[in-house]
Amino acid sequence: MCNSVLQVDVIIPTQTKYLDLIGSIGEHIAKDIENFLGDREALAYHLNLVLTEATTNAIKHANNDPKDTVRITIHIQDNELNIKVYDHGQGFDLESVPLPDFDQPRESGMGIFFIRTLMDSVTYTKQPDCNILEIIKYL
Amino acid sequence: MKLNLEKMNGYSVIFIHEERIDAHNSPELKEYILHLIEQGDVNIIIQLENVRFIDSSGLGALLSGYKNAIAKSGKLALACCEQQVISMFELTRLNRVFEIYTDLKEAFDNEA
Repeated sequence: MCNSVLQVDVIIPTQTKYLDLIGSIGEHIAKDIENFLGDREALAYHLNLVLTEATTNAIKHANNDPKDTVRITIHIQDNELNIKVYDHGQGFDLESVPLPDFDQPRESGMGIFFIRTLMDSVTYTKQPDCNILEIIKYL
Repeated sequence: MKLNLEKMNGYSVIFIHEERIDAHNSPELKEYILHLIEQGDVNIIIQLENVRFIDSSGLGALLSGYKNAIAKSGKLALACCEQQVISMFELTRLNRVFEIYTDLKEAFDNEA
């Protein structure tokens, strides 16, 4: 059970070279969360992975404007970790993303599977000025 | 992508010198493996000792290499994976596709 409040708000250009930075933030947060009784190393990897996948997804769906950005917020309050990733692209239909075919694995399409599997809630909302991928993990 | 290639025991062994394989460097890895296979080096072992993080695009790059090696009657195996990295293969069931060896010696002994 965590009582402290943490808010991180980062804006990056739509370039994959920033994935390391975003993933590292998640990893550091996992290692510093107070009073977390679970597997801290696993949580660190999972937050690194989920932030990396979500940011990659936003970059992939971004518009072609070189000045386009992705905003990532991470908020922890009580026992809820909330990640929001904002993109300005055309968006996609989260519900239509299929589960991977484990018997005939493909080279792509595993990112959303990771997010869904490792986190507790995933939604994608299209708004007039941006799209928001919201991910919740209960600690 | 920092890596080097060594020919050992009839295999092309790719040593990855990166801590992360993600969407930033995985396209380069994918192209490198593909190029190697096109040159006729179809028996490949990828040494992942330094890799402590892999994402879905990294898994995809390795899977692409695996499929291309198999298509040319070759093989592509992995060696020296950290447990956290192995867990990504387990989560995606790709541990059923790849041979994952503890070290290069075990890889050479079993693939021979």
